[in-house]
Amino acid sequence: MSGNVADSAVSPTTPAQTIPADLSGQMLELDEDDDLEVFSKDTTNTDGGSFNASMQTSPGSMINQYKFDEEEEEEDPGAKDLFITVDNPESHITTIETFITYRVVTKTTRSEFDSSEYEVRRRYQDFLWLRGRLEEAHPTLIVHPLPEKFVMKGMVERFNDDFIETRRRALHHFLNRIAEHPILSCNEDLKVFLSAQAWELASHKKQGPGFLSRMGETVRAVAASVRGVKNRPEEFNSIQEYVESFSQKMTSLDRITQRIVKEEREYLEEMKEYAPTYTLWSGSEEELAEPLKGVANCLDRCFQETEGQVRQLSDCLAPTLHEYVLSTDTLKAVLRRRDNMQAELEAKNEALAAKRADRDALKEEIDKLEDRVEWANNALKGDWSRWQRSMRSDLKDAFVSTAQKNVDYYEKVRVTHLKPPQPHHTFDTRLVSITL
Amino acid sequence: MMADTGSDEVAVIGNIDLTPGEIENNMKNTMGEKGTVLFRKMEINVAEAEKRTVKNAVNMQEIYTVYLIETRPADAASEGTNSTPDSLWRRYSEFEILRNFLLVTYPYVVVPPLPEKRAEFVWHKLSADNMDPDFVERRRVGLENFLLRVASHPILSTDKIFFAFLTEENGWKEMVFETGFQAKADSRLKALNATFRVKNPDKRFAEMKHYGDELQSVISQLLRVRARVADRLYGVYKVHGNYGRVFSEWSAIEKEMGDGLQSAGHHMDAYAASVDDILEEEEHYADQLKEYLFYTEALRAVCRKHELIQYELEMAAQDLTTKKQQQEELATGTVRTFSLKGMTSKLFGQETPEQREAKMKVLEGQIQEGEDSLKEQNTECDVFVKGAWSDIERFKDQKNHDLKEALISYAIMQISMCKKGIQVWTNAKECFNKM
Repeated sequence: MSGNVADSAVSPTTPAQTIPADLSGQMLELDEDDDLEVFSKDTTNTDGGSFNASMQTSPGSMINQYKFDEEEEEEDPGAKDLFITVDNPESHITTIETFITYRVVTKTTRSEFDSSEYEVRRRYQDFLWLRGRLEEAHPTLIVHPLPEKFVMKGMVERFNDDFIETRRRALHHFLNRIAEHPILSCNEDLKVFLSAQAWELASHKKQGPGFLSRMGETVRAVAASVRGVKNRPEEFNSIQEYVESFSQKMTSLDRITQRIVKEEREYLEEMKEYAPTYTLWSGSEEELAEPLKGVANCLDRCFQETEGQVRQLSDCLAPTLHEYVLSTDTLKAVLRRRDNMQAELEAKNEALAAKRADRDALKEEIDKLEDRVEWANNALKGDWSRWQRSMRSDLKDAFVSTAQKNVDYYEKVRVTHLKPPQPHHTFDTRLVSITL
Repeated sequence: MMADTGSDEVAVIGNIDLTPGEIENNMKNTMGEKGTVLFRKMEINVAEAEKRTVKNAVNMQEIYTVYLIETRPADAASEGTNSTPDSLWRRYSEFEILRNFLLVTYPYVVVPPLPEKRAEFVWHKLSADNMDPDFVERRRVGLENFLLRVASHPILSTDKIFFAFLTEENGWKEMVFETGFQAKADSRLKALNATFRVKNPDKRFAEMKHYGDELQSVISQLLRVRARVADRLYGVYKVHGNYGRVFSEWSAIEKEMGDGLQSAGHHMDAYAASVDDILEEEEHYADQLKEYLFYTEALRAVCRKHELIQYELEMAAQDLTTKKQQQEELATGTVRTFSLKGMTSKLFGQETPEQREAKMKVLEGQIQEGEDSLKEQNTECDVFVKGAWSDIERFKDQKNHDLKEALISYAIMQISMCKKGIQVWTNAKECFNKM
């Protein structure tokens, strides 16, 4: 286990600690370490963070670049000045552990950055650290979720390629959301994350607020949450209610999508025997051989296209839905933190009314707290509309592309049925009339 | 209504082995008169199915289904006179009796099969219950198909028992049992299942039998796979229905996204529901394949019957050769074949000339009988081969035609399914765009 103090932050609001209740029962804890490595795909004995000058831009990563460029253009074509890609997962083996690092490439025109381009390698732990720091710095801003730490039981055999790729995409998405955020993208820790070499990052991590000060914060937070908030503003109540319902809907949709993937995979299993049986039959026939081979051909096509459908669901729709399931945990945490701040303020006000302690000192504290709560509320409100817009856009895109994929699927299969190797005249004309 | 076919109808009742003369007569009468094939003279419908109950031997209520067979002269329909059809009720077991009769009476014909007795190759949603209305309906269609096939067969359609099946509700059973076909049916089954080896098998029939086996195997496999695929496809479509439900609930908490989600949800429901029709149509295709699966049994039976005839011919020829050799030995005094008589005569002394004379006469008589019998059997075999091969050719053409049609309609079905899919998802996409 790494010696980073930052990773063992005890704050109850750090998402790394908050494992969604219904997932914990199904998790398979493969390794103490966050980065799950039991395989050895590309084993390079390089130090995780060193910049390897000979690393070519693989076609895969170039495609990724192109993809995210497209994606980003939809957001804010004029204002964008921070472009980040996450790609090229590599496995690293040291004497103590094995882990995966991802290449993070940054291109920017921002003046805060010394250079306009950076290329570093980061591991999942680093992402976790970054997110924790962002949440600490901005407790009532909505920080995009990270992919889960642990692996679901059913996925173990597939996680070599699929899992890494899914995680990579989620990490890419995560950084891009941060980069788009007007406040979060200016965060100092983010800058370090994107630009520092491995050893630099390690030493920077150690410089965070001391253990004791964070303990102090934690105690206050726990006390506040026990106290509870008395007069929550109505708008936050409605956000709370919405988040509850939304969370249920997203979980359902995620589950439904996973189920469809499962059913389609089983369908594919059965389909494997279908076309070959027609081909086998055609071997016994003379006049029927051609039409039979034609049907076999169509079924083959159907099989291939269904594979594409499954990919669309598992690579695009399911991950997006899943991200929003995770988002609801973030939202709940943010609301809780806001509530805690308000609770603290209320407690101090009560103390003031009860004339218990030093009035002036209290008054000063109360003023500070009031400012803090007001700022927090506004931040949350602002970010809430941002979040709603992103959510709408993300989910709309995911569903639209899924619908499109299905249309393409049926179109391709339909066309195959029209072109079987069939010399019989009647056959052609009848099909032609059907298509008109 | 009794149609008088007018032709010299040979009574085919009572013979499992038609005399060559009878077979030839049959074929002459029917082949040359294709125009009088029953199918063209008469409209046949299996119009309805009904449930009946009866108390059985142990005084328990038994439920069975009866089917209404309607017949009407074809020309009456075309003349426009809306005459009510004649009709009678038959149950499945009576169809079976009819078919067994035909099998026994026309062993050289590939007799059309009945629809399955019990539902097989079902996928989970379909019931395997014989009382299930869908099964009964599909069986009704299958029985009508059977009758139409028989009625359009050049030979079978002329059969009197078949005609009576369509027209005489009462007394038909007695009529058919009077023919004594039941006993022949049992011996036929025994013969078909017996193991024997033919020395010079007819290549054509051997190939046809082999083809029948292959066809049976591959269609069975196809039906099995199809049922499993249908099961899975059903699952895929139905799960999409859940999207409809959740979209609807979700739309309740959204403002701008609400309408798009709600309408998209309806399309998801429509998509999930569409699989029922798709699979029902596919069931019809499966039934067409099943018919030919069952046809392979009939094909096999004809080939086996030929083998049996061939075998008996070879045995008879063998027997004759042996007798002729014995004759020769008696005449020349040389013993070439081993016989108990020969050995005993060696041991106990030669027989008297009178004894030899008697033996010769007996042998001559047997040889003459044998030669006559062999001639007859040969002719029988030739006639059978001619009849069988002609029907097999007819069957081959029918099979090619029917299965090609089935494959075409399968493709059309798939295309239609794709079009529905395109429509639903295009609509859904529009709704999603409004989110």
